[in-house]
Amino acid sequence: MSYGFGPGRVFRALFVSIAFLVVAACSGSGDNLDNAQTRAVPGTPQHFVVTVGDRVFFQTDSTSLTNASKATLDKQAQWLTQYSDFQILVEGHADERGTREYNLALGARRATSTRNYLVSRGIPANRIRTISFGKERPVAVCDDISCWSQNRRAVTVLEGQTGT
Amino acid sequence: MEAALMQPGSGDRGGRAPIWCKVVTIQFAILALLGGLLVRPGPAFAVLEINITEGVVEPVPIALPQFVDGSGNLGDTARQVIDVINANLLRTGLFDPVDPAAYIERIENIDVAPQFDDWRKINAQALVTGRVTLQGDGRLRTEFRLWDVFASQQMTGQQFVTDTSNWRRVAHVISDAIYERLTGEKGYFDTQIVFVEETGPKDARVKRLAIMDQDSANMRYLTNGSDLVLTPRFSPSNQEIAYMSYGDGFQPRVYLLNIQTGERGIVGDFPGMTFSPRFSPDGQRIIMSLQTGGNTNIYTMDLRSRMTTRLTNTAAIDTSPSFSPDGSEVTFESDRGGVQQIYVMGADGSNQRRISFGTGRYGTPVWSPRGDLIAFTKVASGRFLIGVMRPDGSGERILTEGFHNEGPTWSPNGRVLMFFRDVPGADGGPQIWSVDLTGRNERQVSTPSFASDPAWSPLIN
Repeated sequence: MSYGFGPGRVFRALFVSIAFLVVAACSGSGDNLDNAQTRAVPGTPQHFVVTVGDRVFFQTDSTSLTNASKATLDKQAQWLTQYSDFQILVEGHADERGTREYNLALGARRATSTRNYLVSRGIPANRIRTISFGKERPVAVCDDISCWSQNRRAVTVLEGQTGT
Repeated sequence: MEAALMQPGSGDRGGRAPIWCKVVTIQFAILALLGGLLVRPGPAFAVLEINITEGVVEPVPIALPQFVDGSGNLGDTARQVIDVINANLLRTGLFDPVDPAAYIERIENIDVAPQFDDWRKINAQALVTGRVTLQGDGRLRTEFRLWDVFASQQMTGQQFVTDTSNWRRVAHVISDAIYERLTGEKGYFDTQIVFVEETGPKDARVKRLAIMDQDSANMRYLTNGSDLVLTPRFSPSNQEIAYMSYGDGFQPRVYLLNIQTGERGIVGDFPGMTFSPRFSPDGQRIIMSLQTGGNTNIYTMDLRSRMTTRLTNTAAIDTSPSFSPDGSEVTFESDRGGVQQIYVMGADGSNQRRISFGTGRYGTPVWSPRGDLIAFTKVASGRFLIGVMRPDGSGERILTEGFHNEGPTWSPNGRVLMFFRDVPGADGGPQIWSVDLTGRNERQVSTPSFASDPAWSPLIN
């Protein structure tokens, strides 16, 4: 988590804890999700993660956005239009089943296709920067497809608000 | 007696820079005298020779008795030097050190010929004798002789004078001399490995650059773990490391690190992520990938003029460039045809052509220092393999395969490859392994924790 900087670092730490709640909610009763939604103050990064979803997923070796991904990004664009103060970092990630250099480039491609989609939905290009982590930052660490598919992702990180 | 001098290093920080480590090896002055002592004059050329091209079936029995303590107080050094030589030769898989318990003759004076019959009786085909002496000036003199036991003949003999702290390097240099004399190939023992040392859980790995001798000794860190670092590569002079770092967190870039001074800097000012660096064979240029938007292309940057040259121009991923040893060509991987494959082009970007056509994906091509082969990572049927092919794509040969093998690097003589091997699961992590070009002699390379992205240095001496 040391690669964000400025306010982004704090937000990302928050995202991690929220993300755990979301995962727990998926496998549990849903109470946690309700709680998280209750707690999330509108216009905050937590609110973005909980109500919109900060990530989209990709097929193996693919950078195409699925319909589900596009639906998520549509919601992201809406939220980001409403709360237009945030600078945005799109992180591209790959799963561990590729070589290191290729995966760095693949992560960049995923971040770029995500960024381009957000721009096509009205987010100014100069609000968004991208970074690739290749296969260096998996979120799921088991050894089967269920994990690898969670790691093939682009994550929209709110970096900080302009003028604050 | 003439002496080959090794200057003392500049402390622990020092890399193995040629400036202070240049070793001029000189035959024993007494070699000619000794010839007269030989009981049975051998043939003009020694008969003992190891052919390593075909893959050795039977390792050559070699006797490595403890070196003579020429000063009476160097027993530890005498033992340690031969232990390092023993371990080096054993790891090649080409030698079978004879059990010292079987020795008949006890070597007490290396200035006279050994009792060859005593060594023939225990079937030692080669014998190494040596002596360590503390000179009046406080420096360590190390002498050795390699004998062809069945020809009753000295094959080579050298001596080295150096700071006492350099005893380990002397042992590597002697190992190289033995290997070269017996195989006809340059050795690879006086070399180092730079790699990425990994600690912490899989989803929050801390990665540090580390450097160590090829036998895992003298490991030290080059970065402190605060920045994510990847793919270190040696300069041809061994003095610098090119690598990728997430540095300031804004954009990952290629950096250069001076091993001795610790000084580091960004290579070039590019509008996107730069990664996958390697030096040109003359050390004057860095070749690397630049990502802009969804595309990745290959560039070189001249380290003196800072001039950049674009070599590829595709709406694809072109990465992992590696020069041929003569600098005239570059191999790289590209997915311009749909999936990762290996290509070769002229060093100016001309004549780009695909060379890999097998089933699966091919990446991380690395040109052999001999120029005859390109090593690669192949992904097929969910397995990761290390293999080699000729630069025209013919003669593909797989050296190892498994769940995950990646990122080959060549020994300077082009006979051995290191790579990293990962295992599945949350608790798993990568380790460095080596394998001979024959596909035999697979061994794990010892590191303190998980390790990946190894790069083998050129020969230092």
